[in-house]
Amino acid sequence: MARAVTNQRKALNTALAWIVGLAIFFPILWTILTSFKTEADAIANPPILFAFDWTLENYSEVMERSNYGRFLSNSILIAGGSTILGIIIAVPAAWSMAFVPSRRTKDILLWMLSTKMLPAVGVLYPIYLLCIRLGVLDNRLAMVVILMLINLPIIVWMLYTYFKEIPGEILEAARMDGASLKEEILYVLTPMAIPGIASTLLLNFILAWNEAFWTLNLTSVDAAPLTQFIASYSSPEGLFFAKLSAASTMAIAPILILGWFSQKQLVRGLTFGAVK
Amino acid sequence: MATQHSRSAARIMMAPAVFLLLVWMLVPLCMTLWFSVRDFRPLRGGDLGFVGLENFGRFVSSSAFWPAVATTLVIVGGVLLISIVLGVMLAILLDQPMWGQGVVRILVIAPFFVMPTVSALVWKNMFMDPVNGVFSYIWQFFGADPVVWLSEMPVFSIIMIVSWQWLPFATLILLTAIQSLDSEQLEAAEMDGAGPLSRFGFITLPHLSRAITIVILIQTIFLLAVFAEIFVTTGGAFGTRTLTYLIYQRVLESQNVGLGSAGGVYAIILANIVAIFLMRIVGKNLDK
Amino acid sequence: MTFRNAFCASSALAICVAGTAAFADGHSATITIATVNNGDMIRMQGYTDQFTEETGIAVEWVTLEENVLRQRVTTDITTNGGQFDIMTIGMYETPIWGANGWLVPLDGLSEEYDVDDILPAMRGGLSHDGTLYAAPFYGESSMIMYRTDLMEAAGLEMPEAPTWEFIREAAAAMTDRDNDINGICLRGKPGWGEGGAFITAMSNSFGARWFDMEWQAQFDTQPWLDTLNFYQGMMQESGPNGYPSNGFTENLNLFNQGLCGMWIDATVAASFVTNPEDSTVADSVGFALAPDTGLGVRSNWLWAWALAIPAGTQQQDEALQFIEWATGTEYMQLVAWNEGHANVPPGSRTSLYENPVYAAVPFAQMTLDSILSADPNNSTVEESPYVGIQFAAIPEFAGIATEVSQEFSAFYAGQQTAEEALANAQAITNEAMEAAGYQ
Repeated sequence: MARAVTNQRKALNTALAWIVGLAIFFPILWTILTSFKTEADAIANPPILFAFDWTLENYSEVMERSNYGRFLSNSILIAGGSTILGIIIAVPAAWSMAFVPSRRTKDILLWMLSTKMLPAVGVLYPIYLLCIRLGVLDNRLAMVVILMLINLPIIVWMLYTYFKEIPGEILEAARMDGASLKEEILYVLTPMAIPGIASTLLLNFILAWNEAFWTLNLTSVDAAPLTQFIASYSSPEGLFFAKLSAASTMAIAPILILGWFSQKQLVRGLTFGAVK
Repeated sequence: MATQHSRSAARIMMAPAVFLLLVWMLVPLCMTLWFSVRDFRPLRGGDLGFVGLENFGRFVSSSAFWPAVATTLVIVGGVLLISIVLGVMLAILLDQPMWGQGVVRILVIAPFFVMPTVSALVWKNMFMDPVNGVFSYIWQFFGADPVVWLSEMPVFSIIMIVSWQWLPFATLILLTAIQSLDSEQLEAAEMDGAGPLSRFGFITLPHLSRAITIVILIQTIFLLAVFAEIFVTTGGAFGTRTLTYLIYQRVLESQNVGLGSAGGVYAIILANIVAIFLMRIVGKNLDK
Repeated sequence: MTFRNAFCASSALAICVAGTAAFADGHSATITIATVNNGDMIRMQGYTDQFTEETGIAVEWVTLEENVLRQRVTTDITTNGGQFDIMTIGMYETPIWGANGWLVPLDGLSEEYDVDDILPAMRGGLSHDGTLYAAPFYGESSMIMYRTDLMEAAGLEMPEAPTWEFIREAAAAMTDRDNDINGICLRGKPGWGEGGAFITAMSNSFGARWFDMEWQAQFDTQPWLDTLNFYQGMMQESGPNGYPSNGFTENLNLFNQGLCGMWIDATVAASFVTNPEDSTVADSVGFALAPDTGLGVRSNWLWAWALAIPAGTQQQDEALQFIEWATGTEYMQLVAWNEGHANVPPGSRTSLYENPVYAAVPFAQMTLDSILSADPNNSTVEESPYVGIQFAAIPEFAGIATEVSQEFSAFYAGQQTAEEALANAQAITNEAMEAAGYQ
C-alpha cells in the first residue's frame, strides 16, 4: 500500500458498508425476529423490532405439526448426494477439457450450459410419466440423480474454469517423473484443485437445497425435502406471519449457517474464471 | 503436449458427463416434441391423436403469447441490470478498507442462501403487504399512502425480489475480480490526474468486463426459469406472466399438455436464441 | 489451512449424507393423505393419533398450500401416479374425476356412517350419476359477516336478505378512512378459486352466466359489465387498499383486526371471526344471507372440501376407514368435546344442525340457510348448460377461469377498463372452448 488511508475515510466506508449490508440482510433478520413473536405482535402497528415478548410458541407448534427432522434429513441427503455424485462425474470431464482441449471443447461446454435453459414446466409431464414407469416417484435416489443432472453443467463449468488456472507445466513435470494418469489426477491435480472443488461443492449444495420445482412435484413423503415443508405454511387461513417466519427460519437456517462458516471457501472458487 | 494416449483417455473421462446430459436433454426434448404434435389433454382422457402443428399455431396466436415473451425479457433484463449496476457499486465499496469487512460480506451474501419460495413469501407478506407489510408502515410513517406493490407495480416488485436474491452472487464475482485489479495502475492514473470517474471508466470497468460477462451468462440461465417468485406473489396476474409461467398455466392449470408442450418448444427456441447471443459474447470474452 | 478447512467441510457433508442414508422406514399399514393447509384440516391432523390408536393404521400427511395441492393431486391423478391414498379435493374436481373413473366410488360405506345424514346439497355436488365419490369434510356456502357495532353506528339495520344496493350504501356509510375502517372487504385476488369464485357467484345475482346453451362465452353481455362496474365502484368507495390482491386469508385477517365493516365470504369463516382468540371483534359479528338484485338468484356459492380415494391405491380399505372416521359423526363429537361446538367442521351433516347445542352457535342457522338456498343445478337467471355456482363443472374451467379472473383483477387494479377486461375474457374463453371442441 503506497498511500495511507485516513481513519476518517475508513470510518466513512465502514458506516456506508454496514448500512448497505444491514439493509440487504434486513429481510432475513426480520424473518428471524418475527419467528419469535406472537401472531399479534407480528402484525403490530407500528412494528416492534426487539421489544416484544419473545416466545418459542411458533417453533413448538411447527415441530408438533411437521416432521421437521425428516424434511431436513431429506434435504441434506438430496442436496449432498446430488452434489457429491455430480462432482465425481464432473471432475474427470472438467480435467480432460482443461488439460486436453480439442477444437470442440468450448462447444461442448456451452452446449452443457444450454441444457439448463430447458424450461422445467414444459417437461413436467414427460418426466412424471417416466418416473411412474420406472417406479421412482417419491424416491430419494431418483431425486439425487435428477438434481445432479440439473446442476451438472454448472459443476463442470466451475471445475473447468478452476482447473484451467492450474499451470500445465506442473502436470508435465509429474509425468516426466513417471506418474500415471491416475496418479497425476489423484496426487498432483486434486490437491491443487481442492479449494475449487470445495467451492463447487458448496455452491451446488446451495443450489440443490433451494431447488423447488422438481422437489415439490416429484416427492410426497419419503423423499420430501424442506421445500415441501415450506409449502404447508404458506398462506393458510388466519394470521400466519409468525408461524411462516418460524418455518422459514427452520428451512434456511442450516444452509445459512453452512454458508457463513464456509464463505471463504465458497468465495475463493466462485469466480467462474472471471479473474485471470 | 497432448499425446494420442491422453486424448483417448480424455474422451473416456468426458464420456459419462456428456452421455448423462445428452440423455437428460434428449429424452424430455423428444417427449416434448412428441406431445407438442398431439392433442394431449389428461382430463379428457389423455392422448386424443395427432394434430400436426395446430398446437404451435394456437400457442402463438393466443393473446397471451407476445406479452409473455416481453415480460420474460423485461424481468431478465431488469434483474441483470440491477444486479450488475448495484453489484459493481457494492463490490467497489466492499473492496475499500474498513472495519468488520468479513461480517459485512456475510450480511451481503446471505440472501443467496434463501430458497426462492421463502424469499417470495417473506417479501410478499411481510414487506409488500399493503396493510401489514413493513413497507406500508414506512410509507405511513412519512405520511404517504402505502403502495400496493403487487398490483400497482407488479413487474417491478418481482424484479426487486429476484434482484435481492441474485445481487450477492453478482457482488461476489465482481468483488473477486476487483480484488485482482492491480492497484498500482490505479495509483499511477491518479498521479496523472485522472478523476475517480475516469479511473473507473478506463481502468476498473474494462477490467471487470470478463466478470460481468460471466455474471450475465450464469444469471440468465437461472432467470429464464424464474417460477416460484411469480407463483407465490401474483400467480401470473397483473402482467407478470412470463413464458415459463404461461407454459405452466397451459400444462397444469388448463391441463392441455399438447398446447403446453408446443409452448415448451418455443421456450427452448427463445432460450437458445438468448444462449447463442450470450455465448457469442462469452466466447469472445473468454478467449482473451 | 485452506486445504484442511475445505476438507473438513466436504467430509462433514459426506458424513451427514451417510448418516441420513441410514434412515429407513418400515411401517406396516400406512396411508398417505394429501390435504390443504386450512384450519380445520390442521386440526384434524392433531387428532390423527387417535385414529392410529383405534385402528393401527399409520397416517402420513402431505399438507400443502391450496395452489400447490391442486397442481400435485391433478398431476398425480391424471397420470395414475399413485402417490396418495386419500386426496383432499373440492366440489369442482369430484364429479369430473369420478366420471373419468379415477376415484373409488364410496358405496361401501358402513351402516353406522349413515351416508344419508350428509346434507343433500353436499352429497349431490360430490356425486356423479348418483354415485358418491368423495365424502365432505366440511361444506360451505357464502354469506355476509358484518360488524353489528359499526352497522348500528351508521344508523342502519341489516335485513335478513339484503340487496346489493343496500350493501353498497351500508358500506359507504360504515367507511371511515381516517380510522382505516373499510365498509366492505371482498376477494379480488386472481385465481378461479379466489376472486374468480366470488365474482362469478356475484354475477349470477346480476343475471349473468358464463355460457349460453351453445357454450358460447357470455362476457359481452350487459349483466357482466354491470357486475364488474358495480363491484369495482363499490370497492373504490369502501374497499381496502390493495383489494385486487386480497383473497380469503387476507380478508379474514383484515376483518379480525377490525378493519372491515362487512365481509362476504365462505360460511366457514364464521367460526374464525367469532373466536375471541383470533378475532378482535368476536363479540360484535352479525350474519346475513348473501345479497341479490331481486332477480331471484342470490350471490352465495356452494363448496365442500372432501376426501376421495384415487382408483389404483393399494390401501383402499384403510383409506375408506380413515374417511369414515374423519367425516363421520364420531370425529365431530371429538372436536365438540375438546374444543367446543363452534369448531366442529361445519356444513356437511344434517344431524349437526339438528343438535340443539350446535343450533345455539350464532352462525349455525345462517350457515344452513345459505347452504340450502344454493342450487348448483339452477345457478343462473337465464338457462345455462353447466352445473356449478361459482364454477362450471367442466375440465377446462379451472384454466380458463384463472386467466379470466386475472383479466378482472387487472381491471380492479386500474390496468385496463371493464370493457377491455370483458373483451379479453370473452376471447380467452372462446379460444379455449373452441380448442376443447365445444364450439
